[in-house]
Amino acid sequence: MNALVDPILVLIMLLNFFVLATSRVRAVITASAAQGLLLGALPVLVQPHPGVVPVLMALGTMAVKAAVIPWMLLRALREAAIRREVEPLVGYIPSLFLCALGTALALLFARTLPLAAAHSASLIIPGAFATVLTGFLVLTTRRKALTQVAGYLILENGIFIMGLLLVEAMPLLVEIGVLLDLLVGIFVMGIIINHINREFSSLDTSHLSSLRE
Amino acid sequence: MTLPLLLVALPLALAAVAFAVSSERVRPWLVPAGGAAHLALTLAVLAAPARPAPGAWLQLDGVGRLVLALVSVLFFLCALYTPGYLAQRPGHSNRTFCACLLAFLSMASLIVASHHLGLMWVALEASTLTSAPLLYFNRNPRSLEATWKYLLLGSVGIALALLGTFFLAYAALKVGLAPSLLFEDLVRDAPRLSPPWLHAAFVVLFVGYGTKMGLAPMHTWKPDAYGEAPGLVGTLLAGVATNCAFLAIVRFFQICSAAGEADFARPLLVAMGLASMIVAGIFMVRQRDYKRMLAYSSVEHMGILVLGLGLGGAAVFGAMLHLVNNGLAKGALFLSAGNIHRAFGSKSTDEVSGALRVVPASATLFLLGFLAATGSPPFGPFVSELTILVAALEAGRWGVAAAFLLVLLVVFVGMGATVLAVVQGTPPARRAAGAEAARPLGGEGWQTVVPVAAFIVLVTLMGTWIPGPVRDLVIEAARLVEMRP
Repeated sequence: MNALVDPILVLIMLLNFFVLATSRVRAVITASAAQGLLLGALPVLVQPHPGVVPVLMALGTMAVKAAVIPWMLLRALREAAIRREVEPLVGYIPSLFLCALGTALALLFARTLPLAAAHSASLIIPGAFATVLTGFLVLTTRRKALTQVAGYLILENGIFIMGLLLVEAMPLLVEIGVLLDLLVGIFVMGIIINHINREFSSLDTSHLSSLRE
Repeated sequence: MTLPLLLVALPLALAAVAFAVSSERVRPWLVPAGGAAHLALTLAVLAAPARPAPGAWLQLDGVGRLVLALVSVLFFLCALYTPGYLAQRPGHSNRTFCACLLAFLSMASLIVASHHLGLMWVALEASTLTSAPLLYFNRNPRSLEATWKYLLLGSVGIALALLGTFFLAYAALKVGLAPSLLFEDLVRDAPRLSPPWLHAAFVVLFVGYGTKMGLAPMHTWKPDAYGEAPGLVGTLLAGVATNCAFLAIVRFFQICSAAGEADFARPLLVAMGLASMIVAGIFMVRQRDYKRMLAYSSVEHMGILVLGLGLGGAAVFGAMLHLVNNGLAKGALFLSAGNIHRAFGSKSTDEVSGALRVVPASATLFLLGFLAATGSPPFGPFVSELTILVAALEAGRWGVAAAFLLVLLVVFVGMGATVLAVVQGTPPARRAAGAEAARPLGGEGWQTVVPVAAFIVLVTLMGTWIPGPVRDLVIEAARLVEMRP
């Protein structure tokens, strides 16, 4: 395992805190893109002798997660002309506190897990759990549709970190499929967001509450 | 090209054609053409005996063949309904709709045929993405809300399932095996997999794919999605998408069984199954929206499926049989409810009554569909629900059996009140012009009635005289699920 892997994972976990601390939607999108850029490099670093194909796949991941998707989201943001998240269900300071708690628990919990010897000291598992938790927190507590999509991206990033342990189990075709699904998924969500914006003149998902018992 | 690959490639190619065709009148006919071709291919698959193909990513074993048969029949009948339905919606462009319908069929076939769990995950996510535009066909704020919830909750659920899939691969890595997501490899290595990771994988996967299946308490997207979707899309979601997610859970249950850990999975399945049935039963009483009522009925029947799987033994046979019966009954219910919805322009029993006088054929079929879905003889679900009940009693699970019966009774009464309010009585006086909420869009024609009647015929057949080949398919599937030699 490369010596760069753990520092990168620490950066990714710090970005989790940044996402929860900021009220600007643009900053949330940029942070998830930065995570994507850092993540993209990891599959190459965890392998002792990466070939050409993993390097190309890493470049593809970076292009999708750090360029194409943020570009789509930022364009949607410009069209919606919004800047800030309003009144999240859980405030910024409490969500930071929850994130710290989650990260600490992830670090403690990972020690108790039955891990293969090669992974017991790595930050991969705690990093994955902490990032998945952050994604959930953003998804459930923020009201703007765009912030929720960024939360979904962060959740997906966390799962991607978990996948680093299993580079050999995932054939290239499936990896491409996963990436393509993510891209198309964000694209479809972008279209829906565009329609929400036109229909309600707002991206606030609290408008989406007419369907209930 | 092998048959399983053709089952995936052909509808996908037709979806591309549908997207390219410019005529709004020709395009809808591509859907029945695709459905018929898919059905022909499926019959060719079923006619040949199942041959295991070790190492192949795409192959159809007993469980896959059963689900494929249901998917193909359901889609074919829905496809026959499509041109008649779209003819009544002239204002809407059907380009995306037709292309997405065919792409959805392709992805459903990929899920069913996939023996690589990573590929299966990709196909499940893709099927969610291709069905989202179908939900949004009506282009109003309510369908927008439903689509958003469906897309976001479905994607998060499926993302969790990917995490579970990784856990499963890690269970092999932990004990020094080469990690693989090929189903055959996992079944072969199952007894050696690391139990804690296998347990974690099953729990996360069950929650993830359970969200897609619409099990309580992760069912909240379902009433909104089914309530706002066109009836035809509701059928495909309730009969195809949910059963594909169930198939994914069955695959992981098979691995647990092969690992000798079925006793870990069973209580989870039973608890979640009963919880889904109870929650659905509560919301179906005094439900005024008859399309949301159908969504809760779907939650209930998904509960019955996982309950049957969890009880084991003869109940697994019952669950496999119920998978077919429920799909067919849902086809009749959703399509006839769609006809009634269009005739009245409303889906609330406050504004809909006397459907028997306005759309007699659809209302009759809706009533028959209700009887079928609630497990009345002589329809198929009666047989499968009875099988599960008897299995529960024979296993000495008195509490489970009592709860099962009680919920079925509550559902019968609750659903019956809503259905009778829709079909009986006198039609409300036509509203003043300009009442946007209650504007009828069209009556019933042979194109929108014959497929519904076909569903009723099939579900009656399943209750009175199950055709031999179908029975063999179900028996073989049930045998494979429990990994009995």
